[in-house]
Amino acid sequence: MPLYLTEDQEMLRDSAEGFVREKAPVAHMRKLRDADDGTGYDPALWREFAEMGFTSILMSEDEGGLGLGHVEAGVVMEEIGKNLTPSPLLSTGIAAVAALKHGGAQHRDKWYPKIAAGEAVAAIAVDEGAKHDPAATAMTAARSGNGFKLSGRKTFVTHGHVADLLIVAARTGGSAGDADGITLFAVEKGAKGLKADPRRLADASIAARLEFDNVEVTADAVIGEVDGGWGPLNALLGAGRAAASAEMLGVGQGAADITVNYLKERKQFGVPIGSFQALQHRAAHLYAELEVARAAVLKAQQLLDEGSEKAHKAVHVAKAMTGWTTTLAVQEGVQMHAGVGMTDEYDIGLYMKRGRTLAELFGDANYHADRLAREAGY
Amino acid sequence: MSDLDTFRADTRAWLEENCPAEMRQPARGDGDACWGGRKFEFSSDAQKQWLERMAAKGWTAPMWPADYGGGGLSAAEAKVLQQEMARINARPPLSSFGIWMLGPALLKFGTEAQKKEHLPPIVRGEIRWCQGYSEPGAGSDLAGLQTKAVDRGDHYIINGQKVWTSYADQADWIFCLVRTDPSAPKHKGISFVLFDMDQPGVEARPIKLISGYSFFCETYFTDARAEKKNLVYEENKGWDVAKYLLGHEREMISGMGLGGGGGKPLPAMAKDAVGEEADGRLADPLLRAEIAMFEVRSAAYRAQAERFADEFKAGRGNPAQPSMMKYYGTELNKRRNELVMAAGGSDALEWDSEESGGGKKARDWLRSKGNSVEGGTSEIQLNIISKRILELPS
Ligand SMILES: Cc1cc2nc3c(=O)[nH]c(=O)nc-3n(C[C@H](O)[C@H](O)[C@H](O)COP(=O)(O)OP(=O)(O)OC[C@H]3O[C@@H](n4cnc5c(N)ncnc54)[C@H](O)[C@@H]3O)c2cc1C
Repeated sequence: MPLYLTEDQEMLRDSAEGFVREKAPVAHMRKLRDADDGTGYDPALWREFAEMGFTSILMSEDEGGLGLGHVEAGVVMEEIGKNLTPSPLLSTGIAAVAALKHGGAQHRDKWYPKIAAGEAVAAIAVDEGAKHDPAATAMTAARSGNGFKLSGRKTFVTHGHVADLLIVAARTGGSAGDADGITLFAVEKGAKGLKADPRRLADASIAARLEFDNVEVTADAVIGEVDGGWGPLNALLGAGRAAASAEMLGVGQGAADITVNYLKERKQFGVPIGSFQALQHRAAHLYAELEVARAAVLKAQQLLDEGSEKAHKAVHVAKAMTGWTTTLAVQEGVQMHAGVGMTDEYDIGLYMKRGRTLAELFGDANYHADRLAREAGY
Repeated sequence: MSDLDTFRADTRAWLEENCPAEMRQPARGDGDACWGGRKFEFSSDAQKQWLERMAAKGWTAPMWPADYGGGGLSAAEAKVLQQEMARINARPPLSSFGIWMLGPALLKFGTEAQKKEHLPPIVRGEIRWCQGYSEPGAGSDLAGLQTKAVDRGDHYIINGQKVWTSYADQADWIFCLVRTDPSAPKHKGISFVLFDMDQPGVEARPIKLISGYSFFCETYFTDARAEKKNLVYEENKGWDVAKYLLGHEREMISGMGLGGGGGKPLPAMAKDAVGEEADGRLADPLLRAEIAMFEVRSAAYRAQAERFADEFKAGRGNPAQPSMMKYYGTELNKRRNELVMAAGGSDALEWDSEESGGGKKARDWLRSKGNSVEGGTSEIQLNIISKRILELPS
């Protein structure tokens, strides 16, 4: 398979591009933010996403989905990134759907139709500290009768305060640091003993801190095997990281596009600032980094779709590479906009804030570079 | 089975049968590369055999038309061949400026007679070419070149000097930029000619490099002769050919970014030098971090190289994209060599000892600095990206 988008994928991109630009440009994000909206996304828009088929991209046709893959999901995520659209697509239509492919049909039967219809939102509760480290999961799931009692804290749970479904990593065995002994649970909204504390982040998105105080779930809530959650968790994280990389690529590309346009418009010394070689070279360097990051993202998505064992590594590469590249793009963007780059009125600063949030989501560049090094034995 | 699967199976079987075991060992250096040409001495029978067998199938130039000796493969088939060669670690059968640079230009701009005359010997590795572009006064500003060609009816008489001409002393023929109209604006008075280096008016003097190697030359022309039939494209339109060829040269050089050609991986090299912690991590945490960050970029660049090749074979992508590849790949290779030196420490400084393989690390490190100069400097590539891809104002 050649490493570029197929005709069908390009068609999907064109329709996603048009749709997101029209329905949810940066102004949409500003509107939610300025109204101090507490939901974190626009439910009407979410239903429209569903009508477009975007929320069911990863579900098979038998399950009422589009039966497409991570490349297609990424195509949509990139447009979301370019427009800074607040959307639960990543956590719901991609990460949660990928997780539920594992384990019993009861979860899919229950949640896929709701997600496909834009009626449900899911959130991913993995992180417990300020830095992503899934193996360090300490939250406990103690056996209790036929089910489990979950106790502990989660943080950085995007949409966690409004989610109908929470995918939660907890420990049924082993100790913090072990991959074994983690179990993945599907926890429903309103579960007794579950407290959500939504926090607005720098980029105006909302992430919840969750507290689980002996939250009871049945054995049916387990996704995959007890103590064997590492597999489905990694499927979730693989999908989530690839999608976050695609969104981040959109943020970086969006910032770069805005900046290159600005270089052509803004005049100083009687000429466009884009005629200064010092700026041209930085813009050109950024272009190169973005192209390389784009290839890394597409490679990871294609390998995920092939079910290749190489996908795991490629996803680490994609998340690390987009982390650095988008950070570069937004920093250069603000600097080249200079004074107006510091204002809330100009969009470029919003890209910087979104980039920062996505860089942390599911592990920052250092985390992924470190994982690759460990897995390569050094 | 699809046609491509059949092709893969056949190719795999053919390679198994025909690629000598010795040619499946990693090359130890430039000495193991097969450059062909009238002056070339094969380092082994296996090297000769491998070239001849591959050339007979046209697989030294897999995508060139079979009419000119090439393999006539489609983009997809060529990718399969490359994958199957990589699978058994087969060395490239031939390293050749003819294949990487001149051939593509001739296929686009050459006459039928020129293609018939020059392409098959390139495929077979019989004629080795060098590139006469740069001059002492014309480096980045290549179009400022002064080497003069005067029309003498059926031939040109050429006078002037080229410099940095890689392997001029080893090459049989040269593709050369000459000024045919001194009164025209600088880009419009240049022609692209081919001529045999084996004539009295041509002299190549090797230049010694910081690496101690000397593979490039000052090249002098004193009434050298080029036949008119070897003028490529039209007189005074050589700049079009020159630029097109540079795209292919940059694409070739960008391959430098793909790494060390089968040597020990960087992390393992570093472990040998600095040791490891109980949990297997490199003992020097800062070096480890630098290597880990490099490895991410390197893997991402490998994906980009694949994407670039796929796009180009399908006729997609910006025509100036080779500049981006050249820029990124060469900067990456320089970074890699810096890390090799950092990992190797003082051992890597030895210049001619046996243990150091004749100072291979140090010499390769120094050689790598030329990557971001040859084929147009990094700064020139950034200029091209700014202008032709980002369309920034001048
Ligand atoms: C290993 C090696 C092999 C080579 N092989 C060949 C060969 O086979 N045939 C051949 O013809 N040539 C060959 N070259 C020559 C090569 O193409 C030139 O060296 C190169 O184009 C730069 O020219 P220069 O050395 O004159 O540098 P200069 O042009 O003098 O550049 C000096 C510095 O100024 C910068 N600079 C120049 N112009 C600009 C600008 N407009 N904007 C910003 N910065 C600028 C450059 O980037 C560089 O940093 C080879 C060079 C090397 C190192």
